Amino acid sequence: MTFHAHDVTWTAQGRPVVDGITVDITPGGLTGLLGPNGSGKSTFLRLLAGLLRPHGGAVLLDGHDLNRLPRREVARRMAVVAQEVSTDVELTVLDVVLLGRIPHRGRLAASAGAGDLSHARRALRRCGLAALERRRWSTLSGGERQRVNIARALAQEPTELLLDEPTNHLDIAHQLALLDLLATTPVTVVTALHDLNLAAQYCDHLLLLHEGRLIAAGPPGQVLTEDTVERVYHVRAEIIASATGRPSLRFLSTSVRTGPL
Amino acid sequence: MSRRGTALAIAGGLLLLVLSIAAASVVGAAGLSPADVLRTVAAHAGLPVERLAPLDDGIIWELRLPRVLLVVLVGAGLSVCGAVLQALTRNPLADPYLLGISSGASTGAVAVLVLGLGAGAAALSAGAFGGSLLAFCCVLAVIGRGSGSAVRVVLAGVVVSQLFSALTSLVVVWAADAQSTRGVTFWLLGSLASASWTSVALCAVVAVTGMLACGLASSALDAFTFGREAAASLGIAPARTELILFTVTALTTAVLVAASGAIGFVGLIVPHAVRALTGSRHHALLPACALYGGVFLLAADTVARTAFAPREIPVGVLTALIGVPAFAVIMRRRKETPA
Repeated sequence: MTFHAHDVTWTAQGRPVVDGITVDITPGGLTGLLGPNGSGKSTFLRLLAGLLRPHGGAVLLDGHDLNRLPRREVARRMAVVAQEVSTDVELTVLDVVLLGRIPHRGRLAASAGAGDLSHARRALRRCGLAALERRRWSTLSGGERQRVNIARALAQEPTELLLDEPTNHLDIAHQLALLDLLATTPVTVVTALHDLNLAAQYCDHLLLLHEGRLIAAGPPGQVLTEDTVERVYHVRAEIIASATGRPSLRFLSTSVRTGPL
Repeated sequence: MSRRGTALAIAGGLLLLVLSIAAASVVGAAGLSPADVLRTVAAHAGLPVERLAPLDDGIIWELRLPRVLLVVLVGAGLSVCGAVLQALTRNPLADPYLLGISSGASTGAVAVLVLGLGAGAAALSAGAFGGSLLAFCCVLAVIGRGSGSAVRVVLAGVVVSQLFSALTSLVVVWAADAQSTRGVTFWLLGSLASASWTSVALCAVVAVTGMLACGLASSALDAFTFGREAAASLGIAPARTELILFTVTALTTAVLVAASGAIGFVGLIVPHAVRALTGSRHHALLPACALYGGVFLLAADTVARTAFAPREIPVGVLTALIGVPAFAVIMRRRKETPA
């Protein structure tokens, strides 16, 4: 199973949002997608998911151009967790998680069967949501919705899982629980993250974007250096390498732009 | 909603529909009994039973039964179309009438009638289909690029249906024959008084096919819960699904409106009431909408034709009287649960 972006470009109003990114996604690993606001993380994730068609280059799944594969075939192996999801439809938590079974069911008419139900319940348990099964979506908190949406993605039984800042809305305990889940699953995971320390602590591989370009790629110790952090985020950071080789960052409050100390 | 609850809701709807059909066939000035109705049906089916007197036979076979069946088909079809449009536009206030599709269908049918392009049920339906598609394209054009918010979609539907209502009035008054006043009422407010077996047959074929097509797309409609992109990531081709289902609902609405005029709010009220019984999953929602939609419009039409007898009020007046408060409730409830 290979997952590969080759010279992928996407422009909006003549301005490149994603600018010639080439990268191999590590199979079975947890890849963190980093970059400041507006660096193209979300757009790149949607290109990887096949939800946007690249204006140049291609995303290749097992060597096949993603945009030429049937949508349904892609959905059977790749699940996406978007950043914000909302609906006016009154659904229970179980209903929402069952949506993840749609690509695995017959195309027409077939309604959710016993197998779908057991997959959905297992996904709910893995996300610690078993008790919420009958709750209505509209009564959930932001964090609960986020976790239900992740359970829906797991119910899709993906081999590739793409998430856009899934730790938003989550308190620290749930952030750690989620990242533990993502790090231990055999699924190939690509996730956009804001928190550089969590990214350094959990990810096998980091991709650092800046103005649509891939600035650095590799293990956390290689990508998160004082130099790259300053260049991309315009902040100074003190970086300490732990015994495991994973860096931890302490940010210094003064912005580089406003001048020296 | 549990599987058992859903099965119960659907079985209950079926029973209610059969009882309403029986009741609506009997209620009226002629003082007929259920036995008379059964005897007439049996006689026309070729069974060896004695026919009623020609007058009673005519009332049941030529007036009551086609009307009752047409009402059920229109109620069922509009309700299913409403539920489908609500899912596709992700807008709980969508309905063939509010989106202007019904007004467009009226205009198209009237234009065919007045321009003398044909007078049969099929020609009217074809005109109605053209009008409904045109109205729907106008709505999309008014909304503009990108998926509109609920408010934009409703506003676009309102202005477009005003436009087409004005066009219908213009065409009807311009034609200015003896029936023009009655014609305006029929096309703008809806009436089922002119039901015939021809219109029943045409509506049955189109509405049943349309509803089955929507039913087959239940999973795809579920996938739209969180929007087009979420649908795409669940393996549904959003653009193709939308195109097919918008066409199916426009066609179904058009044929129904050509037979009954523009009856509003059925597609809004019924799906919302039914969701309380079956939940929002379309496998259960759509069949239940068909059954309870038939029951609802049959009740409304029976009241419309008997409450002020011998006068008959247009059924669209009654559905609007129920529908507008329902619209207000749905809109207010929406505000309380921000996305």
